[in-house]
Amino acid sequence: MSLAIQSLPFLWQGLLVTLHVSALVVLLSLAAGILLGVTLVYGPSWIYWPIRMYSDFLRGIPLLVLIFFVYYGLPVFRVNLTNFWAAVIALSAFKTAHVIEIVRGAVQSIPRGQTDAGRAIGLTFVQRLLWVIAPQAVRRFLPPWINAVVDTVKGSALVSLVGIVDLMLAIQQVIGRTYVPLPMYVLGALMYFAINYSLSLTSRRLEARFAYVRE
Amino acid sequence: MSYHFNYTYIWRHFDRLTSGLLLSLELAFVSILIGMVIGLALALAYTGAGRTVRAAVAAYVEFVRNVPLLLLVYLVFYGIPSAGGFAYEATTSFVITLSAYAGAYLVEVFRAGLDAVPRGLIDAGMAIGLTRWQRLLHVRLPTMFRVVLPSLSNAFISLFKDTSLASVIAVPELTYGAQWIKTNSFRVIEVWVVVTPMYLATGYALLYALRRVERRFAVGR
Repeated sequence: MSLAIQSLPFLWQGLLVTLHVSALVVLLSLAAGILLGVTLVYGPSWIYWPIRMYSDFLRGIPLLVLIFFVYYGLPVFRVNLTNFWAAVIALSAFKTAHVIEIVRGAVQSIPRGQTDAGRAIGLTFVQRLLWVIAPQAVRRFLPPWINAVVDTVKGSALVSLVGIVDLMLAIQQVIGRTYVPLPMYVLGALMYFAINYSLSLTSRRLEARFAYVRE
Repeated sequence: MSYHFNYTYIWRHFDRLTSGLLLSLELAFVSILIGMVIGLALALAYTGAGRTVRAAVAAYVEFVRNVPLLLLVYLVFYGIPSAGGFAYEATTSFVITLSAYAGAYLVEVFRAGLDAVPRGLIDAGMAIGLTRWQRLLHVRLPTMFRVVLPSLSNAFISLFKDTSLASVIAVPELTYGAQWIKTNSFRVIEVWVVVTPMYLATGYALLYALRRVERRFAVGR
């Protein structure tokens, strides 16, 4: 027990790194995912196929393989990144593919009539997107997106395998010194659980709140 | 470019990758089978039982779903044996982990599936005098399985990708094979260039095959 308390400041540092990685990945993938997702739905076919292939490709390989690929592969193209940025880029690329699909699903769930009505009152494409489609689509977007955020926090544990001292590796290091695996793993699990469960609850609450939309 | 691609070493040890791929598939298959048993048992327990059982099932599901799989892999392989004073093989330990993980996801799937069985079907079963057990076996389960089939195949493909995590406890599956070659030859890029399409092709072949099966059993609308 006292070991757990002694190790808390160290685990806390790891937790901050986990949160830092997750926050960066969530922001980058949100921006890229919305851009590519909207382009996927409304863009011309020459841009549709590259995005479609990107999304299907990245969702088809294990995240761990992608992280190793980026971490070891980029230096060959003379791109030298720290392990931190290599991991953030790999995770963001992976999450972007998921966000694309969530955006696509949300936008396509809006009935065509909404677009037609927007056009009938003379709104431009951007105006229709911002004032007609987006406010409705966001309700379908948020619950699955928050689940994707939970997945990001969970997936960020894999960055420990390229030597970033996040919560996962901090736990491993504490165990390496103290030789008390079980309590430490449980403590770490509870820390991850606290973050993710509160996110999951938010997602569920939003879903219940938006349930009236599903007619 | 200063880097010269060289695949000789990879082709020489390609058998490590093929056997690794087979093991990945096996791990996913065994885990989804055990996971289905866990998921079904708990889903039935959840629908039919009191508050304590429901809380226990919910706690298990929420714990597994909100903790990184990597941590669970370590927890089961290093953590639990250290407390109990026993040991098991890495492969066994990983199958236990992945089954428990699959089980937690499938509870939800089966619960939704059981809810989707129309009330009228169960009433009809009652009307022709089937017992509770017979209704479950001949009415509720067959109907449920047809509803949840797409979710099951998605779960299977997802588990197949998750088997890559077994490499961290030295289970010789595909990612481990890749890392073995990488460590011994330093052909770092080449190995991932070969392994990534192997995952992709297998994943999409599975998807295609399972979609065909789904269509065969699709619920008529």
